[in-house]
Amino acid sequence: MATAERVAALRLEVAERPKTALFGLFLVGLGVDLLLKVFGVEVAVGSVKLLGGTLAASRLVTLVWDGVVVGLGIGLAGIGLSMTYSILSFANFAHGDYITTGAFAGWAVAWVVAGLGAGVLDGNFLYLATVGFGPEGPSAADLSVNAVGNPLAVVGGLVVAVVVTVAVSLVLDRLVFRPMRDQSGIAVLIASIGVALALRYLIVFVFGASNRGLTAGGPKLILAGVSGKLALATERSTIILASDGGPPADAFYVELPGPAFGSYTAEILSVTSAEATLVATSLALMVALHLTLQRTKLGKAMRAMADNEDLARVTGIPTERVVRATWIIGGGLAGAAGYLMALEQGTLSYNLGWVLLLLIFAAVILGGIGSIYGAIVGGLLIGLTQSVSLVWIPSSFSTAAAFAIMILVLVIRPDGLFGGVTTA
Amino acid sequence: MSGTDGASTATAGAGAVDRLRAELREGDAGLIALVMAGIYVLFTVFAILGPSQGVGGVVAVLQRVTFWTALYAMLVLALNLHWGYAGLFNIGVAGFMAVGVYTFAAITAPTGGNPPGLGLPLWIGVVGGMLAAAVAGAVVSLPALRLRADYLAIVTVAFSEIVRLSLLSTTFQQFTLFANVPFLPEVPLGSGAGRGINIPINPTIPVKSLFYTNPTNPASGGRTALGEAVISAFGAAGVRETVVVSLAYTAVLLAFVALFYWLLRRIGNSPFGRVLKAIREDELVANSLGKDTRLFKVKVFMVGCALMGLGGILWETQKGFTDPTSTTFLPIQTFYIFIALMIGGAGSNTGSVLGGALFASLLFLGPQQVAAVFTKYFVGGDAPSTFAGALGPVGSLDFGPLFAYTVQNVPSLRFVLVGVVLIVLMQRRPTGLLGHRKEVAASVDLADRGGRPGGEAARPAADGGGLDDGGEPTGERDDGSSGGEGDE
Repeated sequence: MATAERVAALRLEVAERPKTALFGLFLVGLGVDLLLKVFGVEVAVGSVKLLGGTLAASRLVTLVWDGVVVGLGIGLAGIGLSMTYSILSFANFAHGDYITTGAFAGWAVAWVVAGLGAGVLDGNFLYLATVGFGPEGPSAADLSVNAVGNPLAVVGGLVVAVVVTVAVSLVLDRLVFRPMRDQSGIAVLIASIGVALALRYLIVFVFGASNRGLTAGGPKLILAGVSGKLALATERSTIILASDGGPPADAFYVELPGPAFGSYTAEILSVTSAEATLVATSLALMVALHLTLQRTKLGKAMRAMADNEDLARVTGIPTERVVRATWIIGGGLAGAAGYLMALEQGTLSYNLGWVLLLLIFAAVILGGIGSIYGAIVGGLLIGLTQSVSLVWIPSSFSTAAAFAIMILVLVIRPDGLFGGVTTA
Repeated sequence: MSGTDGASTATAGAGAVDRLRAELREGDAGLIALVMAGIYVLFTVFAILGPSQGVGGVVAVLQRVTFWTALYAMLVLALNLHWGYAGLFNIGVAGFMAVGVYTFAAITAPTGGNPPGLGLPLWIGVVGGMLAAAVAGAVVSLPALRLRADYLAIVTVAFSEIVRLSLLSTTFQQFTLFANVPFLPEVPLGSGAGRGINIPINPTIPVKSLFYTNPTNPASGGRTALGEAVISAFGAAGVRETVVVSLAYTAVLLAFVALFYWLLRRIGNSPFGRVLKAIREDELVANSLGKDTRLFKVKVFMVGCALMGLGGILWETQKGFTDPTSTTFLPIQTFYIFIALMIGGAGSNTGSVLGGALFASLLFLGPQQVAAVFTKYFVGGDAPSTFAGALGPVGSLDFGPLFAYTVQNVPSLRFVLVGVVLIVLMQRRPTGLLGHRKEVAASVDLADRGGRPGGEAARPAADGGGLDDGGEPTGERDDGSSGGEGDE
């Protein structure tokens, strides 16, 4: 295409969709500003600062990483919400509390397993099984529950989180949602608010309303520039020592191969074992889900049913079985997401899922409600918005910014980014 | 509405009395009175059995029930205008309340306060708060109404969270309006962030000024003649002074409930309200009839939001203080209000009041009263503080601690009850208690001319001549969007 034609096409686009163009311009502006900030350039007219400023590259890397970690958790949790929306045609407000259920069930088991390992189970069983609520019993630090310190506890907890949440969502479907299959989406939505309340406060009844610490930190991996070389270490002190002289023998320290880049000495990114667990597990689960949807008969049936339920039923697709599979997959992923998010945050409260729910809704709507890939991409975008927005606005507005972005996208593209594509 | 409006005052007066009597006998006023009487009897029993003492205790409990009933009824009525009349799924009620309350606070808080306000009189604050809530409603509805219906829900709930999070932020803790703008005075304002904002001028002040010479600080001044008489009269019956003042404020709230009810009834019966109902049943048809449905929706959204702002002001500021961590502004509050609306039946104003009353009394306050009774008579010793501590003795067949723990945790268990009630309601009776009522199709009372027509079983929507309130056939909406009439 000739340049003139391209310009004409662009002009047409801008004239037809001015809001989209404006939003695009805004995003480009933010991008340019970010680049200028990273390179330390400031553009000013008179005394008014227009663009740029200073932003350490390591801070940006950290913000992006944080965004990806939270975004993957939100995306993982959002898949179930998106699936139930497309296949059962209602927005499930209980989804947040499925997440909380998974987190509490998983952590109850993780604490018990860790307690077994640490030999403190005697007389403390109920204390451990309620995830350490109350004055007696061992603390999170005594148990050292993290993927490196106690992998058996973490994996056992994850499995139980998935299994229990699947069971709870199937039971609730049988009791609440199945009798309402022929009712409108709004009626089922309101019933799901009832489910959310009942589930959340049953959790409060058993586990108490207090916020508790789950893990005592745990090991982390630090990527740093040390005297012009990239290096990996497990302790900050190791890096400080290394930049002054040789690394101490008893700590992990590796210099990465690669070109030297000046005399840079700073921490670039620090990844905790919890974050790594969340990222690795959710990526694995997402790939598994992708394969299920694309390669198996079940996946095909689900996609067909999301597309047109009546047509699917006429073609002989066992719709109730597909619905059950939806709850199994959606509930299981919600439970896993809750468990991993609690691991990553290091704290657990009965409000975990409820607080996340609105962000998850934002992600699912942003991606296009009903689309699974949309939910994942939307989750990542919401996570990144929430964390990278800290470059421009105070931290108290980061969640508000995520909601604002969702509203903006809704206005510009009401069907979301992946709109029109359902369960695929 | 009917012919009595144009008649002479004497006839009108007699007509009004007749109408009131008829309403009490078979109409909505009677229904509300009956339900409230039932609730009062129940709570009187609770109060007598419970730990509170004497007549004073009973009056205090009944005052609390009425107070919460009135607050919920007001907000449920406002939400009914959105969801019941126009079918707008607004789940950001808490956000609009917050806008109203904080605008009111900024306008009425003293100029020298921390954070400072404008120090203007109460009524300007009320009007300002309502206007701000209405403007917020317009801002939210303008983009959302072009989208699919359920997106309005998500936009409103996101808005209410944006408001709450902004109020929590230290950025607006204290700031100066027009700081660098020429010709305008600099105005120091603030949200107070997490510390909240003091509101010495609040809606209880006019009520207190009936009783005290110095209403902002009753302790520092004397009582008025009326105050002396009323307080000593109630005091003789064993009712505490604070309860008397609360009773007076509750009466004001009830007056506002009546005002909301009247306003909604007027709106519902006006041509404007009929268009709203048409939009609810089938927006496409309403649009095809030449109605600018979007404009109607924005307007009704603004009116409802203004009422929510007013409800929020009456609800939240009576403490003389507000902060963003208050449960009033949490998203869950919106759902409580919604649940109350669903209990009563969306679309019916009487149902809204009843829903507010039933939610506030049976679900919100009732369980705690029952727990207090149980604590008094059955629970011995201290309740364990954890579920683990309660479950431990069960192994040795000692159920006492578990029972005590359960009774102690009734405040959280009542929300389980709320959830279960909501589920059962949506499964068994999705239209709520009064949702079965039919729309009056004609604008004149058909019963006046030749009585009720027969064969009403086969007549779907137009047979409600005996009911003269705006009770709506919400059942039709739940079965699909295919218009309000004759969907068999």
